[in-house]
Amino acid sequence: MPGNRTDAIDVRDAVKRYGDFTALKRISLTIKDNEFFTLLGPSGCGKTTLLRMIAGFEDVTEGEILLYGDGIAKLPPHQRPVNTVFQNYALFPHMTILDNVAFGLEMRGKSKSAARKRAGEMLELVQLSQFAARKPSQLSGGQQQRVALARALAPQPKVLLLDEPLSALDLKLRKAMQLELKHLQRETGITFIFVTHDQEEALTMSDRIAVMSAGEMQQLGTPTEIYEQPRNMFVADFIGETNLLEVSVDQVMNGRATCHLGGGHALTCNSVEGIGAGAKVHMSVRPERLFMSDVPVEAESLKGRVAENIFVGTDISTLVDLAEGPQFIVRTSNSDRGNKRIFEPGSEIFVNMELGAGRLLMD
Amino acid sequence: MAHVNENIKTYKGFRTITLFCLVVLYAPLVIVTIYSFNASQSITNWEGLSLRWYADVFTGPESAKFKTAAFNSFTIAIMAATASTMIATLAATAMVRGGQFRLRTVSFGLISLPLMVPEIVTAVATLIFFNAIGFTRGYLTILVAHIAFCIPFAYLPISARMQGIEDSFEQAAMDLYATRRQAFTRILMPLMAPGIISGFLLAFIVSLDDFIITNFVKGAGVETLPTAIFGSVKQGIKPNIMAISTMLLSVSIVMVTISYFVSKSDSTK
Repeated sequence: MPGNRTDAIDVRDAVKRYGDFTALKRISLTIKDNEFFTLLGPSGCGKTTLLRMIAGFEDVTEGEILLYGDGIAKLPPHQRPVNTVFQNYALFPHMTILDNVAFGLEMRGKSKSAARKRAGEMLELVQLSQFAARKPSQLSGGQQQRVALARALAPQPKVLLLDEPLSALDLKLRKAMQLELKHLQRETGITFIFVTHDQEEALTMSDRIAVMSAGEMQQLGTPTEIYEQPRNMFVADFIGETNLLEVSVDQVMNGRATCHLGGGHALTCNSVEGIGAGAKVHMSVRPERLFMSDVPVEAESLKGRVAENIFVGTDISTLVDLAEGPQFIVRTSNSDRGNKRIFEPGSEIFVNMELGAGRLLMD
Repeated sequence: MAHVNENIKTYKGFRTITLFCLVVLYAPLVIVTIYSFNASQSITNWEGLSLRWYADVFTGPESAKFKTAAFNSFTIAIMAATASTMIATLAATAMVRGGQFRLRTVSFGLISLPLMVPEIVTAVATLIFFNAIGFTRGYLTILVAHIAFCIPFAYLPISARMQGIEDSFEQAAMDLYATRRQAFTRILMPLMAPGIISGFLLAFIVSLDDFIITNFVKGAGVETLPTAIFGSVKQGIKPNIMAISTMLLSVSIVMVTISYFVSKSDSTK
């Protein structure tokens, strides 16, 4: 079956085995042209393996990878029009910054002078022109990062692969680089595939995210979809903070589920495909979608006692021991302090869910 | 922090033991060097400063023998070091970059075992080998033997260096459209250069001053500097031997110095 020429990358039933160990269990996904796509998951989930398979450093045990419609799974790395920004940057230590950036262009057959001219332009783009004659070891981590980026972008790859490139930077620099990467992607119009284990980074930068775990894709969607409509327990737990409640489903209708807690307390929440009446599943609700009151205000009010208030700068997190369930976290933004109440530890209160905040999850 | 002085300089007897070790190690070298400038015929009586024995090495009655021996030694050392460095570089590439292959541990053992085997055993074995295949002993047998026993010496610094080079450099090169060969010549070789030079220098020195193996496999009439010196000493030690020894010592010092600066100019740090 020929591939779609407008899709940047089409991974079809890709499997990766190392001996008896299966690192990737039949992954299929399509990455669109000009997309900022993120592979997100904990270490060992197979995200880097998938990236290295696209780059050509790992062979594909089964399946096919298409790049703008052409099968590339059998090509050696130097014949694939994709470039990689490595986690440790892998800048050539014996070459100047300029020669590093010019390397890919030269290998593609450009003359030395043409390659250097273009490399100079790339260094300008990442604002490092004044360091052209230096060696990589004379640059700071953030500067090396930008050189690695310029080097990978210089030959104008069809797809840029980024393997946790920001993980070695400190928080402030990382935030700045996240924005810079996003801008660079828009300016160049090149498809970016970004690998990270940092969910916040993924939410900030991506057009779409594939959440992976144990060699399988758990969910594929936009940052909003992934955060607000997690498909299963893993995604809800991995992305952001969440509260989980064990519930028994009584009835599902039009995407809404009526269910009850172990003690019989009834609840209504959003359902998800594949869950029917009688199922025993978890319901997830994000801490910022909860608020507290001293009297029950809605049907979805749960009785509890405040255990602790934790000040975290922009928010206050309140730990509440539910009468019928585990400990819940309620997050109150400081800007909401006017209309939401904070209670002292020990207070008997009700935790209320905003309408549509609760959501059932597949295990 | 508790005030326990862990500085070994304050241990009792540290100074004495250090001095003793230094004297044992270096006194003979210092004395040989000093007495090589002695004007006297005797090797023990000091009769004033002179370069007479250095002149004797080049123009004296034994000068022809020493010149031939020095020529043999240096040409053999250069060729043996070159050949063994090339073989060791390829071996290191296979061992460090070849991934896991069967017999990898065995291969590593086979490469480094000659370092542990008593040299006399290697010497006898090499001699028996040459006899068995009917190789006439002479310059060529020395060269072949030197190439063989220099390989592990060249291999160690080269493979150590290579292990310190992450394979992401080559991957980055290939990712940037370099073929495997280009990645090797443009990236891996320059990064390995300090290791290769150290390996070469080590092999050169080891070949230059080898006595036991050379003495076994050399043919009649073919001498290297160590065997020529040994031959002379058998007829009594003359100060010209000290002059030669001092010159050999200088060559070694120069080599070690080069090796030191090469590793200091390490481009990956």
